[in-house]
Amino acid sequence: MKVLSKIYLAIVLMFLYIPIFVLIVFSFNTTKSRTVMSGFTFEWYEKLFRNDIIMSSLMNTIIIAVLASIAATILGTAAAIGINSMKKLPRAVVLNVTNFPIINPEIVTGVSLMLLFVFFAARMNVEFGFATLLIAHITFDVPYVILNVMPKFRQMDPFLYEAAQDLGCSPVKAFFKVVLPEIMPGVVSGFLMSFTFSLDDFIISYFTSGSSTQTLPVTIYSMTRRKVSPEINALSTIIFLVVVVVLIVKNIIERRSEAKKGMPIKGEKA
Amino acid sequence: MKTKLIASPYLVWMVVFILVPLILVAYFAFTDGNGNFTLDYVSDVAQYSPIFVRSIWLALIATVICLLIAYPLSYILTGINKKSQSTMLMIVMLPMWMNFLLRTYAWMTLLGNNGLINSLLGFLNLGPFKMLNTEGAVVLGMVYNYLPFMILPIYSVMVKIDKNVLEAASDLGCNARKTLFKVVLPLSLPGVMSGITMVFVPAISTFIISRMLGGGGNLLIGDLIEMQFLGNSYNMNLGAAISLVLMVIVLLLMTIMNQFNTDDDVVLM
Repeated sequence: MKVLSKIYLAIVLMFLYIPIFVLIVFSFNTTKSRTVMSGFTFEWYEKLFRNDIIMSSLMNTIIIAVLASIAATILGTAAAIGINSMKKLPRAVVLNVTNFPIINPEIVTGVSLMLLFVFFAARMNVEFGFATLLIAHITFDVPYVILNVMPKFRQMDPFLYEAAQDLGCSPVKAFFKVVLPEIMPGVVSGFLMSFTFSLDDFIISYFTSGSSTQTLPVTIYSMTRRKVSPEINALSTIIFLVVVVVLIVKNIIERRSEAKKGMPIKGEKA
Repeated sequence: MKTKLIASPYLVWMVVFILVPLILVAYFAFTDGNGNFTLDYVSDVAQYSPIFVRSIWLALIATVICLLIAYPLSYILTGINKKSQSTMLMIVMLPMWMNFLLRTYAWMTLLGNNGLINSLLGFLNLGPFKMLNTEGAVVLGMVYNYLPFMILPIYSVMVKIDKNVLEAASDLGCNARKTLFKVVLPLSLPGVMSGITMVFVPAISTFIISRMLGGGGNLLIGDLIEMQFLGNSYNMNLGAAISLVLMVIVLLLMTIMNQFNTDDDVVLM
């Protein structure tokens, strides 16, 4: 049984990783062939870094992901605080609408936003580009922030906030000193989720970007539609390495904080 | 209470950028170019029913395959000792963090007539087989891209199952197989249900996978919608009508699936 499960695990991992490794190997190929390795070169990496379209769309992607996730985190955290103090019915209505971008197929969200921008483009001076992309990204990010922050309120003692005020905190001070630290883990994970979704999003960006401002995934898509270029392989290799490094760092940080939790707090003994 | 007011910026945002766009989808679906009410576009959707059937069918096959791969995998993962378990889970989930266009592109280069698989088969004097631009390739692409969405919810439910419950089952005379079917399976059902929706919804609405791996011959609903908005057959009203039908299908499915899922701790990610 043990052996069988090891074999099973190995097969699934091979299925998951072989395509990626093939991409990586052929990013160093001297020719454009995808089947025969004819020599080793960094040529495609050099070309990649000199490719203005890729570099500028990478910049766009990062700027939009940063701005959208910060805006979504502020908007979403404020929303969660407000929603939390709503009555049952309005709260249920708001949460249900909030869930729409999560449960709807991404293509429907993308198309609906495109329709909105098209509809108002004729009436106001709206152009597809940076602004529409940013709005779209904030829109699909906020629900994930709310989803991450709301449960933290459920875990929190509702009287903490009142106690802080009884002890002389102003409502604002009580919020920043007592409530915010309690919900912080949710805020942080909401922010990180928004950021990664923004970085990676293709479908919604595709429908809301227009031709002037493109994000990296949109550029990648148009690259795959055109001629075969090992630059894509080089790009995949770099992205893969970044992902591996980020995940390892994340794992190490998590392990450290878990180890800390397990240790007795200083001075607590006896 | 003042606290409620803090949500108002978001409420405005929600109405303008979530609610109004969805209303616009319905508006475009039920009006013609001049804004007059019409049912033409919605009834036109019927003529694309073969594409709907194909999308549902391929997404269904992909979902079943994902389930068949992910369930034993999650079960095996929960059996590994705690320390290597989180590392193993990370290794399984890692490919998901790579952009899915690149992952799909990888299969494009593998499956082609001059691709790696066919040239390896060539050494054995087999093939070349036509693998790219087939329905099979589309299903493969779906399984490859969405498998992690099945593994994660099933694993996170399985890992919470109390080990004492399993011990109790075996104490009471269940063998390993019986424990699996009588105890683990019912307890992991919520995870299975959310896994099914998390795979089926993106699979039924994809247009990238069918475009890249299916060639032009395997159109799915997603391709149809994309073509109306950004492609050759520009017709936003028809596109909106198709989107509306897709949305209704998905929402119906979610409602059915939610009947099984009482545990609201199973978050989407």
